[in-house]
Amino acid sequence: MINAVGRDIPEEILEMTGKEVFRGNHYFDGYTYRKHGPSTTCVINSNGSKLVSGLREAIEKCGIRDGMTISFHHHFREGDYVVNMVMEEIHKMGIKDITICASSLGKAHDPIVPYIEDGTITNIRSSGVRGKIGEAISKGKLKGLAVMQSHGGRVRSIATGEVEIDIAFIGAPTCDDYGNCRGIGGKSNCGVLSYAMADALHADKVIAITDCLVPFPNFPAHISMTRVDYVVEVDAIGDPEKIATGAAKPTTDQRKLMMADYCTRFVVNSPYFKNGFSYQTGVGGASIASTISLAREMRKRNVRMRFGVGGLTKPMCDLLINDQVDCLLDTQDFDLDAVESVKDLRHFRISAGQYADPFNKGAVVNKLDFVILAALEVDVNFNCNVVVGSDGMLTGAQGGHPDTAAGAKCAIVIAPLLQGRIPAICTEVTTVTTPGESVDVVITDYGIAINPRRQDLIEAMKEVDLPFKTIEELRDMAYSITGEPERVQFADRVVGIIESRDGTIMDVVRQIKSFEFSDK
Amino acid sequence: MNPNKKRLRRTMMFLNVQKPGLIKDPYIYGPDSIILDLEDAVAENQKDAARFSLFHALREINYRGVERVVRINALDTPYWKEDIRCAVTGGCDGIRIPKTESPMDVKLVEDAVEYAERESGRPVGSVLIMAAIESARGVMKALDICEASERLFGIALSGGDYTKDLQTHITGTGIELMGARQNLVIAARAAGIQCFDTVYTDLDDMDGFRQDVENIHLMGFDGKSIINPRQIRIVHEIYTPSEKDIIFAEKVVREIDEKKKLGIGVFTVDGKMIDIAFYDGAKRTIALAKASGVYRGDL
Amino acid sequence: MEILKPAIAGTLESSDCQVSVEAGEGGIELELNSVVINQFGNQIRKVALETLERLGVNNVKLTIVDMGALDCTIKARIEGAVYRSQGQKEHLPWGGVIR
Repeated sequence: MINAVGRDIPEEILEMTGKEVFRGNHYFDGYTYRKHGPSTTCVINSNGSKLVSGLREAIEKCGIRDGMTISFHHHFREGDYVVNMVMEEIHKMGIKDITICASSLGKAHDPIVPYIEDGTITNIRSSGVRGKIGEAISKGKLKGLAVMQSHGGRVRSIATGEVEIDIAFIGAPTCDDYGNCRGIGGKSNCGVLSYAMADALHADKVIAITDCLVPFPNFPAHISMTRVDYVVEVDAIGDPEKIATGAAKPTTDQRKLMMADYCTRFVVNSPYFKNGFSYQTGVGGASIASTISLAREMRKRNVRMRFGVGGLTKPMCDLLINDQVDCLLDTQDFDLDAVESVKDLRHFRISAGQYADPFNKGAVVNKLDFVILAALEVDVNFNCNVVVGSDGMLTGAQGGHPDTAAGAKCAIVIAPLLQGRIPAICTEVTTVTTPGESVDVVITDYGIAINPRRQDLIEAMKEVDLPFKTIEELRDMAYSITGEPERVQFADRVVGIIESRDGTIMDVVRQIKSFEFSDK
Repeated sequence: MNPNKKRLRRTMMFLNVQKPGLIKDPYIYGPDSIILDLEDAVAENQKDAARFSLFHALREINYRGVERVVRINALDTPYWKEDIRCAVTGGCDGIRIPKTESPMDVKLVEDAVEYAERESGRPVGSVLIMAAIESARGVMKALDICEASERLFGIALSGGDYTKDLQTHITGTGIELMGARQNLVIAARAAGIQCFDTVYTDLDDMDGFRQDVENIHLMGFDGKSIINPRQIRIVHEIYTPSEKDIIFAEKVVREIDEKKKLGIGVFTVDGKMIDIAFYDGAKRTIALAKASGVYRGDL
Repeated sequence: MEILKPAIAGTLESSDCQVSVEAGEGGIELELNSVVINQFGNQIRKVALETLERLGVNNVKLTIVDMGALDCTIKARIEGAVYRSQGQKEHLPWGGVIR
């Protein structure tokens, strides 16, 4: 069945998942449902703690069995030890057919690939996958389906009960023996625990894993003891070097700086750039550079930001330090400066649900004026691909891309026109992750295209001296340099779905197939 | 005269022709010219491979109006003649001669260029030449070099080798380059051709770079050789005429056109004595203003 | 043109390709490894075969390791390798079979 972005979703996938095809961003606006609550085991007796001897005991006490769904958060990013440690234990116990429901998985989790191959793990839900896990899925090694979810979409799936988490494993930088978790302090300081909050609210069992046990009460708790069943102390839950890195050096790549400059000039000339505006940006070189140049323009034009959202990095936190923004709303910290900034009273932690869940009573993304994003590919309908690489492999994450793009009044995607020989602007993206109706502007090193759906923005930019082009012109320029790319050849089997933030199906990802010449 | 001889050349960006990633779309950054380098950037054992890369880049990449100059290997190497055959047949706009020491060097290149033009069927005279001066001898012979060929559109100072020859080094202050810069710009002006300053190699010192460009701009240089796209915007900024200069230039051009018809030779504009000698300068200001994207008039 | 000795040209940097040639076994044998094989595999092969044909090379083992090079680079590297295999560095047919 063809969906609203023109993708043909196979009937058997609709049947297998019980899902509908994507019908547009606002299809579920006003939809009413009852939230899913966890089964809860009461702790009434007043002696003792929730501390158990080790991971094995905690898992056993939670009653692990074949076919369960377990969850993880990705605040430790490429420094995470928790996923591997838990899966190793579960594998040793001989458990099969596990569904992993992670807020994201990365290269740090390459060691769990053998557990995919041997049937310990048969389903994966995640914002994205990289490295060997992506490869394994794309090669058809996962028995079930990989479901790629946006950050908001994940919370939706948990809150609606579409996904019932049996056991949530929450790595906590600090924790007390009664389960009060904080994202700050300890060795594995990651600042916030935003992605884990939905897990704590809705999972039947919650295990907190820490490498820094502190005396009760570890307050103010980011995840409350009232949600936690067991506490496990281990040597290390992550590699601090890889959790929050030093702030990235501002790029000196002239191409990125040029795109950042275009972006800033677009932003300041748009109708939303005025006192009290709101802004979010990613961690790419051009995004960071555009935040830096935007800060300069704000100072020059005496314009103040009301709030910044993220995925935070140093340049965003500098806005707070330099008193150019009233407050920051934080779901994740990418560098040490951001982790440090959490201490600021105007720096607020928010949950992934508050941030982006389309199925609550309004998320922060809905209040965004600008979001600056990246993409692997953008097509002439402004659909974006952020998860499938040019080799057809799953290798990226939806993250907050579809959420913020849908919510923001002005969603800007920055992408160099050519990634090596691959045109970033193309006729049809390999896989749609963010629908074109959410994307307002595409900025490349060769020019800027405004989505024709946004005649108001086109009108507002009429007198602005920037290299405006149509999206087709950008594509044609790219193709004139690289030649017209052929579409990646896939096998038939569907190995994954791109779940829209509202739970419908945006696209499917098929098993890769080795390349064959057309005439041989 | 080849109409491109006098074109605007504020920035001439060096690119290693052996780096496909660099030469595929440098026009993005908006330099006036690129210098596709077969000389210093290319290792001795890659000279042959670099030519194929150069040839197909010239033939197949649409550089969107950016001038394509090829720096050939020095005349005391076995490479330069083949370099010229390749570059001219490929379709380059100009040849940059390194280490030029005498008018004879220019003549040698001119002959080879003409030979290649005939061999490849290009119109004779279509390929321009520029000469890089890299030695004390070259500096002292500057005027002769400037006048050696009708094809020569300009000379460029190459500071690295020149300072070595002078037994000093690049200091960042420009003091070691003072004489050469002055001498070259005077020679070029005397011969009616353009003059370009040497590269500034410290990419981390953008303030130093800006100061350097401000100096050479005031000295009368037409532009500067650059090594990184980062440097382009600063040069163009400094070479952008002020609003006041543009308005004055417009008046001068209009008045001279007007007064010429009436047979008046000397008159005043905004209280300044003006004659025909101001005409070229005023035209240049308008051209610069247009190239800098700040001209809104109709001249 | 016969491949007289094995030769190699190009690098493994992004947007470049490394091409090696050696004498074939009575025909053209192409081994193509490319980061953009899905999008441009057929095109690269076409350019490679056309280039060999122009040069009159019909007995060669041609190996291309492509890092996303444009057609102009692929041609340049193949020609570079072929002429190296001949030991020819001057008096090349620019605009003739090299075009």
